[in-house]
Amino acid sequence: MSALKYKGRVFKYGDNVNTDVIIPARYLNTIDPKELASHCMEDIDPGFPKKVKPGDFIIAAENFGCGSSREHAPISIKACGVAAVIAKSFARIFYRNSLNIGLPIIECPEAIESLCDGDEIEVDLNDGTITKISSGQVFKSKPFPEFVQKIIEKGGLMEYVSSRETR
Amino acid sequence: MGMTITEKILAVKSSKKNVECGEIISARVDIALGNDITAPIAIDIFEKYGAKELFDRKKVVFVPDHFTPNKDIKSAEQCRILREFSRKHNVENYFEIGRVGIEHALLPEKGIVLPGDLIIGADSHTCTYGALGAFSTGIGSTDLAAAMITGEIWLKVPESIKFIYSGKTRRFVSGKDLILFTIGKIGVDGANYKSMEFTGEAISSLSMDGRFTMCNMAVEAGAKNGIIEPDDKTLQYVKGRSKREFITYKSDKDAKYCNVVDIDSSKLEPQVSLPPSPGNARPVSELRNIAIDQVIIGSCTNGRISDLEEAALILKGKKVNPNVRLIILPATQDVYKEAMKKGLLEIFIDAEAVVGPPTCGPCLGGHMGILAKGEKCVATTNRNFVGRMGHPESEIYLAGPAVAAASAITGRITNPEEVL
Repeated sequence: MSALKYKGRVFKYGDNVNTDVIIPARYLNTIDPKELASHCMEDIDPGFPKKVKPGDFIIAAENFGCGSSREHAPISIKACGVAAVIAKSFARIFYRNSLNIGLPIIECPEAIESLCDGDEIEVDLNDGTITKISSGQVFKSKPFPEFVQKIIEKGGLMEYVSSRETR
Repeated sequence: MGMTITEKILAVKSSKKNVECGEIISARVDIALGNDITAPIAIDIFEKYGAKELFDRKKVVFVPDHFTPNKDIKSAEQCRILREFSRKHNVENYFEIGRVGIEHALLPEKGIVLPGDLIIGADSHTCTYGALGAFSTGIGSTDLAAAMITGEIWLKVPESIKFIYSGKTRRFVSGKDLILFTIGKIGVDGANYKSMEFTGEAISSLSMDGRFTMCNMAVEAGAKNGIIEPDDKTLQYVKGRSKREFITYKSDKDAKYCNVVDIDSSKLEPQVSLPPSPGNARPVSELRNIAIDQVIIGSCTNGRISDLEEAALILKGKKVNPNVRLIILPATQDVYKEAMKKGLLEIFIDAEAVVGPPTCGPCLGGHMGILAKGEKCVATTNRNFVGRMGHPESEIYLAGPAVAAASAITGRITNPEEVL
């Protein structure tokens, strides 16, 4: 896979998936991404950390990531190896936190309507396309502006900023 | 075209004459806040990228309030990170146990946040300070780290929704009931990315405590900030607390709103939000025979003195139902002391409630009131998500202090009118 191109399975959830179910507060006494990853989605899908493989995707409906400002939520998702979260819409703080740590998040209502749990998809962040492998169906989302693509490539805002400073 | 109070603050803080919705600005922050959950990540980033000093040691505030008094070794280690960093960088507003309170009750009380300020905090309920006529919003740890270094944050200027609460509220209808009803009406993403401006007769008559409660929960509708124009009550509150100059702003008459929502406050009765969403608000009288196991009165939403007074009014001379555990947590040391002076603590203890130290503990399922499988709790906190207060199969019913206290007496969700 070239940079910003990912292929994997879909884990599908519904509306208002909140930060408390993404990473319950009882695990917030650590900042270790691996440990956080081992409890990711625990209160909505207890088997998730064991089932998910690097390159897989979380897809959901409206208002994904609502609730707390805890950056531990996108950190735990990213540390599971999830390539991107695709939803109809995202909560504000989660959206910002995700891009800040370099977790791609994509708004694409059409894809959500058509994709099912377990589907295999390919996502190209360069042009914002999501392809369902079994049918070849292609869904278009708005591609990220170039600087956001660079933030994701570098792994986060701070990595991006420091790589610019040390050029 | 006029500007809203939110736009005016954002314009001033980004050194512009005016700003427009959707515009991206870089703004100076007056206060940047972190707690024992979010600040350790920010400090880690700060140090990892070789930052040497804070942009202003007086403007960075650390409040270890979530897992304190430390509930286990890991949380003690997290708090140590804050303590050592604060000592190293001479952070003026670091609050150790004995001085600490729940951050969003503490900062206004200490005069750290003021009208016209731009405040960011790595805690979603940072929007509380809008009650003072400040722009305040929750962010994550990376944004906090960047602000700790630069003193700035980039923001998209939000569209504003105006909520007009006409009419007088009935007895036992508090700020909590107004905001639960509002979230029920517009939904948990009804104000996503937007500013919620609260106005009208019911807001003018609301105490500052009630206003803090309303702005606190703006984030539960997805809002970037909640805000109320300062009035005499605001100035009265700030008087004697502020240690620096501040400016009050008001929305222009011709300011642009993307929506105006009218709510007749006189028609509302106390509200309860059913699990698992703050948006599931119902009038309390519609709920029958919901037996409960626990009641929590406290948190950044409803742990202030008037919340405790309202609970005491109902609990005075009565006993907590034998099937219920009532936990009361004053939000700050000052609230605790005032509750003591006013005789409220005695009322609570006589009613057989437990009164704990200021902490966010149970609100987020940290400690000091965790629920077992299948248990139901009436809480004056702000979220009733799945697993929020403990076991994923426990349930949280959000309410104001009056409903919470009344329910503690009867052992089921109860209209306060019933027990008086």
